[in-house]
Amino acid sequence: MTNLKTGFAAAVAVAAGLAVASPAQAETFRYAFQGDAQSLDPHALNETFTIGFHSNIYEGLIRRDTELNIEPALATDWELLSPTHWRFHLRKGVTFHNGNTFNADDVLFTFKRIQMDGSDMGSKIAPNTEVIKVDDYTVDFKTAQPNPILHYEWQDVFIMDKQWAEANNAVQPTDVTTEADNYAAFNANGTGPFKVKSRETDIETVLVRNEDWWDTPQHNLSRVVFTPISQDSTRVAALLSGEVDMAYPIPVQDLRRVDANPQTETLTGPELRTIFLGMDQMRDELLYSDVEGRNPFKDVRVREAFYRAIDIQAIKQKIMRGQADPSALMISPLLFALSDRFDRPSYDPEASKQLLADAGYPDGFQVGMDCPNNRYVNDESICQAVVSMLARVGVEVDLNAQPKAQYFGKVLAYDTSFYLLGWTPSSLDSYNIYANLIMCLDRDQTPIQTKFNLGGYCNPKIDALAEQILVETDEAARNQLIAEGFRILQEDWGYIPLHQQYLAWGTSTDVEVKQSPDNKMLLYYVNVK
Amino acid sequence: MIAFIVRRLLQSIVVMLVVALLAFSMFRYIGDPINQMVGVETSSEERAELRERLGLNDPMLVQFGRFAADAARFDFGVSYQHKKPVSELFADRLPATLELAFLSAVFALACGIPMGVYTALRRDAWLSKVFLTVSLIGISLPTFLIGILLIFVFSVWLGWLPSFGRGETVDLGVWTTGLLTVSGWKAALMPSITLGLFQMTLIMRLVRSEMLEVLRTDYIKFARARGLSDRAVHFGHALKNTLVPVITITGLQLGSIIAFAIITETVFQWPGMGLLFLQAIQNVDIPIMAAYLILIAFFFVLINLIVDLLYYAVDPRLRVDRATSAGH
Repeated sequence: MTNLKTGFAAAVAVAAGLAVASPAQAETFRYAFQGDAQSLDPHALNETFTIGFHSNIYEGLIRRDTELNIEPALATDWELLSPTHWRFHLRKGVTFHNGNTFNADDVLFTFKRIQMDGSDMGSKIAPNTEVIKVDDYTVDFKTAQPNPILHYEWQDVFIMDKQWAEANNAVQPTDVTTEADNYAAFNANGTGPFKVKSRETDIETVLVRNEDWWDTPQHNLSRVVFTPISQDSTRVAALLSGEVDMAYPIPVQDLRRVDANPQTETLTGPELRTIFLGMDQMRDELLYSDVEGRNPFKDVRVREAFYRAIDIQAIKQKIMRGQADPSALMISPLLFALSDRFDRPSYDPEASKQLLADAGYPDGFQVGMDCPNNRYVNDESICQAVVSMLARVGVEVDLNAQPKAQYFGKVLAYDTSFYLLGWTPSSLDSYNIYANLIMCLDRDQTPIQTKFNLGGYCNPKIDALAEQILVETDEAARNQLIAEGFRILQEDWGYIPLHQQYLAWGTSTDVEVKQSPDNKMLLYYVNVK
Repeated sequence: MIAFIVRRLLQSIVVMLVVALLAFSMFRYIGDPINQMVGVETSSEERAELRERLGLNDPMLVQFGRFAADAARFDFGVSYQHKKPVSELFADRLPATLELAFLSAVFALACGIPMGVYTALRRDAWLSKVFLTVSLIGISLPTFLIGILLIFVFSVWLGWLPSFGRGETVDLGVWTTGLLTVSGWKAALMPSITLGLFQMTLIMRLVRSEMLEVLRTDYIKFARARGLSDRAVHFGHALKNTLVPVITITGLQLGSIIAFAIITETVFQWPGMGLLFLQAIQNVDIPIMAAYLILIAFFFVLINLIVDLLYYAVDPRLRVDRATSAGH
């Protein structure tokens, strides 16, 4: 009887063990991207893929879910003690991959490190912000001005272990001028759901599940193999042949093939980046034009004529093959609650011709255009389409499409008359758009105010609104202010927003992947079926 | 002999200096490296400071002098992107490229020579016609297209071979090799064929025409008259004399195999120097680009030098000439 009993108990135990073990069986997930994370140092480079890769290993005080809502991560909650005084309560019982305990010292260390030389994350916190340790699990932030979106970018401020960094001589992010290898660039010690098992830059990185992660895993992976594959066709082939379970980006012309293959499918959705056209409105005479003595873009009618000459549906259908959402705003509708109040002014080439005639250019004029050819999806083709659409209303555009390295070198020096650019607000908030693209450009200021307002659009009314937006802490009132600013911009025809391009991911039908509109591949939402 | 070597070495040094100057000056105009090294939100003072620290504000000549002196010591600085010394990156990547080049050369020789001999001896056989047609494809199709075609047939349709990477590698300390594992061989198969196809075609056509030429010569007729077997005539006498130009061409082609590996490596994501170079171009990583150009030039110069010396050793007439001219 006892034997039977123990036997039964053992069987139950085994069964229970199996039941528990099955979700945690060895599930390997292999994925490919067109490049590699440049460094494992979480503060070395502010670039989407690198940050997205780090999000699986390191964590910030907050994190974003797949709808980009803010969730607590290493901070459990936070409160505003006064408009300039924030208190963050840290999560207890969190350990780094090497077993060290996470506490306030690590937070202080991290915020100090991101402001050091060699860090690319310095903009994530204002330089005069005081970071104060209250106790081991409470940190205060005191800002010089009220800042309702203080923590909006902190999903990307990855907390590093102070002890580990000090022990391994990695207190400072990599400095490119010294030959000293930064230990943190090739090794990682985060608190996140995955640990780095091995890494060969540009060849292969293997991650394994962090069994001690503080959160309940939503994924069932035990091992992840990441391979960069730079050639588009090879990456697609690797996905089709089942050598990888997920690959991105998939070129638009290959989407149908990936869908046609029974073992693979595509996952598409609008990205946060807005592609738009900008016009030089600051100079008295354009740098690249046959109009002498005056700048046609200073005339609001010319700007409207350009806007109305562009057939955005044709760009969407013919060039983007449906993989884009035309946009009325300079920000993705996912990031601004009141975006449905705005409509894109209609395509109207006749009105456009009339406007040009009214402005004194009945035969149009000639203008040069700058365009990247390897930065955004089909960027050069979009520019070519714009050139032919403007030709229909009599404007002759000389297109200068260049690789991004040369293109950015030229336009970031404000050496352009008409250009195509894309912008993602890193804080996922409209103020970023105002501060980088819309407010009056002041090149004499250091740092240059509104550095990416390359055409120098300027309306003091918007600047006044932007200053209110920056400090307004009531969300509804703030959204009203943002909408008002966007309305003025639209009336001024200050920019020509085109669309949000789609993300194009390809996955095997055997895996379940959640796509996040910021194009970050978050492994903790991946499940292998 | 020594004077010959010294003269060749001096010539090589001049070539290397010119290449260094070209590499250096060309890259000055390829784009602003600062834009690539920092994020888009870095302020202009930080950019200016970085520019100063990297010495990008110094006069051209100073920058070139510094560059050439460092290059001579195989020190190409730190990669902007990888933040690792370039020499270290190259040391990591060199085995992959050399292995690929070696396998391609072996493939080209092992297939090219027999095919060339066969097509020369059996000019009208149907197999000869197949070989010649295949060789036409090898010459006319661009490498990347061949690579992609192979991937689609053998990886996507048949699922036999991996479409990318180097498979499992074994680390032997200074050298990592994929030739000791099954997956390594599988991964190497398509890239080496892609890379070697053009050279194979070249060798095959070369062997064929040389062989046809040799078979018409008098000593072959005499050999036949002596009653030697076909086998002895073809392989003992004809082939041997055919191989002298083949050795030269193979040697010279080895340089271009290494240089052409860029495309093949990109198509197959083969982790060699070519891939590193192409990624460096996209990211305006000047140290890597400069180092790569110089390294490839160095390979060419070195191979040329060796071939010259080999020529000297292989062809007795050259030595006789030298000896008599030295006597004057």
